[in-house]
Amino acid sequence: MWSLTDITGRLDQWLNQTFSSTWVLVIEMLIAGVAVIGLFAALGLVLVLMERRVAAWIQIRLGPNRVGPFGLLQSLADTLKLLVKEGMTPSGADKFLFNFAPYIAMMVAMLLMAPIAFAKNFQLWDLNIGVLYISAISSIMVISILMAGWASNNKYSLMGAMRSGAQIVSYELSAGLSVLTIVVFSGSLNVTDIINSQADGWWIFKGHLPAWISFVIFIIAVTAETNRAPFDLAEAESELTAGFHTEYSGMKFALFFLAEYINVFIVCALGAILFLGGWMPFHIGHWEAFNHVMDYVPSSIWFFGKTFFLIFLIMWFRWTFPRLRIDQLLNLEWKYLLPISMFNILLATAIAILGWHF
Amino acid sequence: MFEEIGTTSNGDLQINVGPQHPATHGVLHLVLTLNGETIKKVEPHLGYIHRSIEKMCESLSYRQFIYVTSRMDYLSAHMNNHACALCVEKGMQIEVPERAQVIRVIMDELTRIASHELWWGAMAMDIGAFTPFFHSFREREKINEIMEETCGARLTMNYYVPGGLMADLHPDFQKKVKEFIIQFKQRIDEYDQLVTGNIIFQNRMKGVGILSKEDAVSYGCTGPTARGSGLSSDIRKLYPYAVYGKVEFEEILETGCDSFARYMVRIREMKQSIRIIEQLIDQIPEGDFQAKTKAVLKLPKGEFYTRVETARGELGVYIVSEGATTPYRIKFRSPGFSNLSALDSMARGSKLGDLVAMMGTLDLVIPDIDR
Repeated sequence: MWSLTDITGRLDQWLNQTFSSTWVLVIEMLIAGVAVIGLFAALGLVLVLMERRVAAWIQIRLGPNRVGPFGLLQSLADTLKLLVKEGMTPSGADKFLFNFAPYIAMMVAMLLMAPIAFAKNFQLWDLNIGVLYISAISSIMVISILMAGWASNNKYSLMGAMRSGAQIVSYELSAGLSVLTIVVFSGSLNVTDIINSQADGWWIFKGHLPAWISFVIFIIAVTAETNRAPFDLAEAESELTAGFHTEYSGMKFALFFLAEYINVFIVCALGAILFLGGWMPFHIGHWEAFNHVMDYVPSSIWFFGKTFFLIFLIMWFRWTFPRLRIDQLLNLEWKYLLPISMFNILLATAIAILGWHF
Repeated sequence: MFEEIGTTSNGDLQINVGPQHPATHGVLHLVLTLNGETIKKVEPHLGYIHRSIEKMCESLSYRQFIYVTSRMDYLSAHMNNHACALCVEKGMQIEVPERAQVIRVIMDELTRIASHELWWGAMAMDIGAFTPFFHSFREREKINEIMEETCGARLTMNYYVPGGLMADLHPDFQKKVKEFIIQFKQRIDEYDQLVTGNIIFQNRMKGVGILSKEDAVSYGCTGPTARGSGLSSDIRKLYPYAVYGKVEFEEILETGCDSFARYMVRIREMKQSIRIIEQLIDQIPEGDFQAKTKAVLKLPKGEFYTRVETARGELGVYIVSEGATTPYRIKFRSPGFSNLSALDSMARGSKLGDLVAMMGTLDLVIPDIDR
């Protein structure tokens, strides 16, 4: 229910009758692009407000509650402020790279939106290597951070960028391996197939121990990959003032800021798709009545509910934990998470081959 | 002194931390020489907030100069005032009434708790945890309210005068302090749950910023910084003043010599402060809050030195008098200055992230260092 297939089908039919097939493709891509930009902006605003409210809740204060009902328009006002602010470029900076870096960050975040299934039959691009695509594209993020840090001609920025480079490259390994665990279970890289394989139970329930281990490792690794506390060494405001974006101001800073939140959304959406069944409703065995009631909840609500639960988890980390040191951060990855993930994927493969999972 | 700052000839990176930097909590300027993330040298540059308080005091009368000293270590304003008042009282041989002495000790200990609260929040923020700051300020606010009622100020109290106190206690004082004690005892366990027990926090603090006992002596470290290295330096125990000789409390000593030891000293000190307040709050004797003194104070010719234990360490006040109404020369021995000098030897060889944690555990207040 509440599927958009009807509307999109009719639109497609109407366009095909009116225009030639090339134009139809162009128009449809434009619509999709505008939809992504709209979603991008809306998510950014919602997530920034959510972060501030969650932080306020944890820190026994109120948070933004003056602009609009419950402070809902606060992020909009902030965006307006950032838009009209002067975008400074330091005199010693490499101007082209300095100005280009935030756009790479934003482009990466937008490209990552493509294979995410937001609801049943609601996906921009159902490519058959969806999970691999996300892993591949998200690695480009580090280039934008390195570029920003290097081009700023600022020592704090450079150190932040170098930290971030080491961090993202390392943590991508265990994030990738924990994603692979689910790929092994479901036997597909396609996002829709992975979700469909969870129709009779989410992988976190079906996959036994390996799924739990890889879920925990996935959450830790993506927190590090998106440069969120306790792994926010690239920013580390008490050490490096603002890390790689020290010299950025106005909208250029806002693009980094937005990209961070969109990345958090994407990785949490990926976590929800892989481990928590994406838009699949929650079913319990043979409780037919219960399962029917669950089916009536729209699939988009299931997807966003799970995703925002994971986002809340990551925000909770940020406002609770102190920051790690750079050597501890790399130790954690190379000495603990990576060996565990490697062992875990062997275990998962054995379970998948023997068919021990449900 | 201000050589060009950039990259040194052997390829080390030199960066400025401060004077405007989120970790220095004030206008401290550190020039770091880094090899990658590893610190090779720390060079503090001072003077950004120098207000020549010592010189100002020389042109103020013995009643007036005490008020300037609240602005030195603004987090232990009461203790600064206490040291100055003690020095003037020593010179004039004024007997301070018992009531005033007891109130002074209670106020000092409340200030110590407030100061350590702020340190706790700020230090947690230095190593990346934001939430403790708000939790500590919740309790600190209670102390500030108590102070506001009695002293009329929240930060620069100016409550002590030579011979006693400026005014009597607010009628609600005892009730509010007792309420605070009950609340605070629960909160301090919460602090341990939130920060002390955290594994990331312990990994960040243990084994970094080593300050050996010998180094602590040779750098002249005092207060919690020295006591974290096992050096007994509590002025309240060694040279008791006011009624500290009559109350029971422990001098906290930790032998870890690292950042965690200094952290634990302060956390445990807060509990001892509560213990002191608990003993005294019901025992405030009746009587005058101020001794009868002459309208114009004139210290006899000579040199006078007193010291107190502030939240940061030993604060010494040295007055040279020529018998006039103003001091001939006045010199403050501030704890922060000596503690900061140990930073270089502590930080060498550790990572940049640890420097911030070390500075946190030194509990630096820059106006105290610069004066």
